[in-house]
Amino acid sequence: MPQNKKDEILHDHNHDGIDRRGFLKCMAWAGTGALCVMQGGVLKSYSMSRASEWNAARMAGDLSFAQISDSHMGFNKAANPDVAATLKAAVDKINALAVQPEFLLHTGDISHLARPEEFDTVDQILRGAVAKDVFFVPGEHDVIGDEGKQYRERYGKGTMGEGWYSFEKKGVHFIGLVNVVNLKAGGLGNLGGEQLEWLEADVKLLKASTPVVVFAHIPLWSVYPEWGWGTDDSAQALSYLKKFGSVSVLNGHIHQIMQKVEGNVTFHTAASTAFPQPQPGKADSPGPMKVPAEQLRGLLGITDVNFVRGQHALAIVDSQLG
Amino acid sequence: MQKKFVRIGVSALAIALLGMLITAGRVGGTAAAQEKAAVTAEVKIDNFSFGPGALTVPVGTTVTWTNRDDIPHTVVSTDGVFKSKALDTDDKFSFVFTKAGTYPYFCSIHPKMTGQVIVQ
Repeated sequence: MPQNKKDEILHDHNHDGIDRRGFLKCMAWAGTGALCVMQGGVLKSYSMSRASEWNAARMAGDLSFAQISDSHMGFNKAANPDVAATLKAAVDKINALAVQPEFLLHTGDISHLARPEEFDTVDQILRGAVAKDVFFVPGEHDVIGDEGKQYRERYGKGTMGEGWYSFEKKGVHFIGLVNVVNLKAGGLGNLGGEQLEWLEADVKLLKASTPVVVFAHIPLWSVYPEWGWGTDDSAQALSYLKKFGSVSVLNGHIHQIMQKVEGNVTFHTAASTAFPQPQPGKADSPGPMKVPAEQLRGLLGITDVNFVRGQHALAIVDSQLG
Repeated sequence: MQKKFVRIGVSALAIALLGMLITAGRVGGTAAAQEKAAVTAEVKIDNFSFGPGALTVPVGTTVTWTNRDDIPHTVVSTDGVFKSKALDTDDKFSFVFTKAGTYPYFCSIHPKMTGQVIVQ
């Protein structure tokens, strides 16, 4: 998307009162990532949209990294006509942090249609980040048409199978999983037998005191299966992580922040840098939310989600800083 | 005279035969036209679902899917019979069903989205 057109006001084709300039001014909810800090072996996640309220001293940790997600490069509909600008805003926010994160994690849907030029644009914007290392996992949009071949050529060097891998940073074991390939009709996200076997072997020799961070695109907990927001065989994956005292699971896909604790596992989903999606069951479908500019302000700082399905309420961890 | 009569007879026969051929042709043409008029059907993709979810069509029908969501979808036969590319907003995909049977399909990137075409 040509940068010199950034401030151009587009016509209001959708009659929704959104023009490009007004939109960019009001979309502080977007262009956001999450800063993750390991403190005493426990991961805490802070929404970048609240960075102005942060108390840097309280947030100091052993290791910090930033998670960005769902940049959907190539998307150009009313919900966000300039996803390049909002991804760049996310990178600018990360670059402005007092303590730079060690690296960036991108939890998938890098592109909208898996087109080479979409990946190119993201790569170019991410080269502007002070943190030079970026770790990826693919989203379902990144593997359209070729089951992830192009994705792996670009981002999957040295990875296993469909693109899964693990690495160590300052004593923390990171595991990138792929749950968007070989999806079955009627099903959810899928890890598959080969990846599960690899995962079991990957963590077998680790000490139980090792902090583990797992990241994948589609949530590894059942957020809202009716919309496909879950992974069919995630329970088996999590069963291999039972011995660890601290497990953090980071996902994207649902374009909103949710957190949940279950035993030794803390689950986090990240906001999208591109466009918001509705809360589970609060719309006809999980499609992009087109919200008028004045309502976008109201979306600022939303970190809690009160989701109640049947009798089962999700516990929410509020990462809000006082 | 006799020769002439025979010639007329042959001509009459030829005309009769021609008439039969024309009639046959017309009948065939009508059938083809009817078939042609009935050989297309539409499936719309709205709000992450295929509509109609189950579509029943005669053999020879061309089914066209249109994505009306702001998010791309695909149309992929569960049994590997057909497979669309990514359909962005307003993109279409068509497939001609030449054999009777039930053809389940889904969106390979949102697999909760399923549908079927029943060809009779």
